[in-house]
Amino acid sequence: MFKIASKKVLNPTVVEMDIVAPLVAKKAEPGQFIILRVDSEGERIPLTVAGFDREAGTVKIIFQIVGATTELLNHKNAGEFIEDFVGPLGVPTETDGLGEVCVVGGGVGCAIAQPIAKKLFENGAKVTSVIGFRTKDLVILENEFKAVSEEFHLMTDDGSMGEMGNVCVPLERILASGKKFDKIIAIGPLIMMKFVVETAKKFNVPCTVSMNPIMIDGTGMCGGCRLTVGGKMKFACVDGPDFDGYEVDFDEMMTRNRIYSDFEQKAREETCNLLKKEVK
Amino acid sequence: MPELPNMKMTKNEMPTQEPKVRAHNFKEVAMGYDEATAIDEAKRCLNCVNYPCATGCPVKIHIPAFITKIKEGDYEGAYQIISKSSSLPAVCGRVCPQESQCEAKCVRGIKGEPVGIGRLERFVADWHMAHAEGKEEVASANGHKVAIVGSGPSGLTCAGDLAKKGYSVTVFEALHTAGGVLVYGIPEFRLPKAIVKKEVDKLISMGVKIETNIVIGKTITVDELFEEGFEAVFIGSGAGLPNFMGIPGEQYNGVYSANEFLTRSNLMKAYKDDMVTPIMKGGKVAVVGGGNVAMDAARTALRLGAEKVYIVYRRSMEELPARKEEVEHAEEEGIEFKLLCNPVEILGYNNLNDKRDPKNGFVAGIKCIKMQLGEPDERGRRRPIAIEGSEFVLDVDTVIMSIGTSPNPLIKTTTKGLDTNSHGGIIVEENTGRTSKEAVYAGGDAVTGAATVISAMGAGKLAAGAIDEYLMSKK
Repeated sequence: MFKIASKKVLNPTVVEMDIVAPLVAKKAEPGQFIILRVDSEGERIPLTVAGFDREAGTVKIIFQIVGATTELLNHKNAGEFIEDFVGPLGVPTETDGLGEVCVVGGGVGCAIAQPIAKKLFENGAKVTSVIGFRTKDLVILENEFKAVSEEFHLMTDDGSMGEMGNVCVPLERILASGKKFDKIIAIGPLIMMKFVVETAKKFNVPCTVSMNPIMIDGTGMCGGCRLTVGGKMKFACVDGPDFDGYEVDFDEMMTRNRIYSDFEQKAREETCNLLKKEVK
Repeated sequence: MPELPNMKMTKNEMPTQEPKVRAHNFKEVAMGYDEATAIDEAKRCLNCVNYPCATGCPVKIHIPAFITKIKEGDYEGAYQIISKSSSLPAVCGRVCPQESQCEAKCVRGIKGEPVGIGRLERFVADWHMAHAEGKEEVASANGHKVAIVGSGPSGLTCAGDLAKKGYSVTVFEALHTAGGVLVYGIPEFRLPKAIVKKEVDKLISMGVKIETNIVIGKTITVDELFEEGFEAVFIGSGAGLPNFMGIPGEQYNGVYSANEFLTRSNLMKAYKDDMVTPIMKGGKVAVVGGGNVAMDAARTALRLGAEKVYIVYRRSMEELPARKEEVEHAEEEGIEFKLLCNPVEILGYNNLNDKRDPKNGFVAGIKCIKMQLGEPDERGRRRPIAIEGSEFVLDVDTVIMSIGTSPNPLIKTTTKGLDTNSHGGIIVEENTGRTSKEAVYAGGDAVTGAATVISAMGAGKLAAGAIDEYLMSKK
C-alpha cells in the first residue's frame, strides 16, 4: 500500500498527488513513468512522473480524470492509500548535451513537460516553453514553466488566456524568426505531437515525442504498448516512452489508443454512478 | 506376501467437466481423483527397483516411494516424499507435460498406458492442502541473505529450497501478485489461482519474504542488492518480450500477444463482468502457434464468449508442441485446428467513405498460406514449406500471436558483467546455474527462452543447491 502524502486540484479535471514511494523517488528521472492500481480490483494504468522529492521519498503524479480508474483515484484523499505503485519505468528523457531547447506541452502533457524543462534548465540549457490548453480553466503549471524558461508562450484554443491558437503557431513563428534549437521536445495529445513534428520538419530541427499508449505490466511482457517507429515495431515501456518524432507513425498510434474507447466510457459512467451512491 | 499389482492396461480416467459446460466457465476442467480411484491407480505401479520414472523428472521426485504411500493410504506420507524434491506439487500435478517426462519412462507404458503419475501427484498435493494442519516448519536461520528476482516457478522453487536450509530469502516481483506465469499466464481453468496462492503462502509461512511492485533493473539494480547485504542473487525473471511475426497488419486493433491476452484475463481478471480491465470478447478468434500458451489463449477466448476459435499452426499435429491433454481438451471444446497453415497478413477494416467509422483500424481477417512438410531441420523437425498460390482468408475479429518470446533487456542492460547469448538469454553453467557474474545465478525462461514450468523449477532447484554450496564454502 502506498500513502497519498498530498493532493491538490489543479483545475476541474486535473489533479496532482504526491505518493510516498521512497524506492521510486530515489531513482525517478523526468520522462519516466510509473504504473499504479487504485485498489485490489483495479486496472493497472501508466502515469508519467511529474516530479519527485528524493529526500521526502515522494513521487508527484498529475492526472486528468478521463476514465474509471482516474475517477476512482480522484476519489482518494491525502492520508489515504492506493494499492500498488511501481517504477520508475521506461528510459529517462535524454537531456545531456542540449544547449538550446524548445519544450512544447499540451494539456495534461504539461505535467510531464515541466520536469523535463526544469531538468534542462538545471543542466544550464536555455529553454523556450510553449504550452497550450483548450481554455483558461484548464491551464496548469504556468508559473513553474516560467521559472525555468528563457522564453515562454501560453496558448489557449479559445483565446481565454494567453494567445489564441495552438502551440504550432508560436513554434512556427519562433523557428521562422531564425532561432536555432538543438532539439524540440513535445509532450501532449497525439494530434498535437504529430503537428509539432510537422512544424519541426519544415525547419529541420530534431524532435522528440513522449508516447503514452495502453499498457499493462510496463516491463515489456505484454506487448500492448507496441508502436511503429521508423517502420519497426517498438515497445513504449522498454524502448521509450520517448521516440524520434520524425519516425513515429502517429495515425496508427491514434487508432490503437481507441481500441477500448467504448468500454472506457461505459466503465467511467458506471464508476461515477457507484461513487455517487457511496456519497449518499 | 505383497498384494499383486493392478494390471489394467489403461489409466483411471480423470473426471472432467463436460466439454459443453466447461467451454462457458472458468472453473477447473479436470476435477481430480477421489481416494478410491487414487488407490486403484497407485496399484498399477510396479514399484520398479531402479525407478526409471524418476529419471524423467526434472526435480527427481522419488515417484515409486510416494505411490507406495498412496497404496498404504498414507497420503501425508506421500506428500512429504514429494515435497522433499518439489516446492509446488499441486502446480506440477496439473501443468507438467508428464507424457514426455516421468510417464514416458514408466515401464507400464511399454504395453498399455503408463501409471497416471501426474494425476496421483495432484491427488496427494490436494489432499495435503485440504487436510494438513499446522504451519510449515521454519528452519533455524543460518544468517545468510539471498535475493530472488521473479516469483515464477524457478524463483519460488529456489526460494523454497534455500528457506528450508535456513537462508533469509527475499523474492522481488515486478507485478502486484506473486506467482509469475502461474498467475498471469496459465488460466484459472487449468490452474486455479487459489492453489498458486496457497503454495506462495506456504513459502511465506516458511519465512520467505515477498516484495511485490519492485522491478529489478529499474527500481533496484542487481548490484544494489549486494550493497544491501544480499550475498547471492538468483535471476528467474522469466521470458521477456512477446514475439510478433513481422507480417503486415500486426498493429491493427484486435491483434494481441498471447501474453497480453492472458494477462488481461488471468491477472487482471477481465473475464469477470465487474472488472475494469477491458478485453475484446466474442466474435471469431485466430490463435497463431501450437504451444501450451496457444492452447491456453484459445480456450480462454472460447470461455470469454467467442463464437469460433481457430488454432493456426504451420506444422502438423505430430509436431504440435502443446501438452497432449490440453490439445485433446481444446478439440473436445470445439476449437478448430488449422494445421499446416501460416499467416502471411492480417487484414484490417478501412472504410474509405467514412474516416470516422469506429471499426476502422480493427482486424477484419487473417490471410494464411497452406504449408507442406519438407526435410527435417538441424533439430530434427520437418521444415514447413509454403505451397505457392494456396492463400486463403479466415474471417476473424481477433488474432492472438503465441509464437514465443525474446529475453527482457531490463536486467541485462543494468547489470555489469552479466553475459548473455546471441538470443539475449543469460549464459549459465549447466549444472549450477552460475552466471558470468560472481554470486549471481539464473534459471528458467530468462536462460532458456520459453520452456515449461517444471524445467524452470528444475533450474531453480539446481541453483539453490549451488548457492548453498557457494555461500557455505565462502567462509
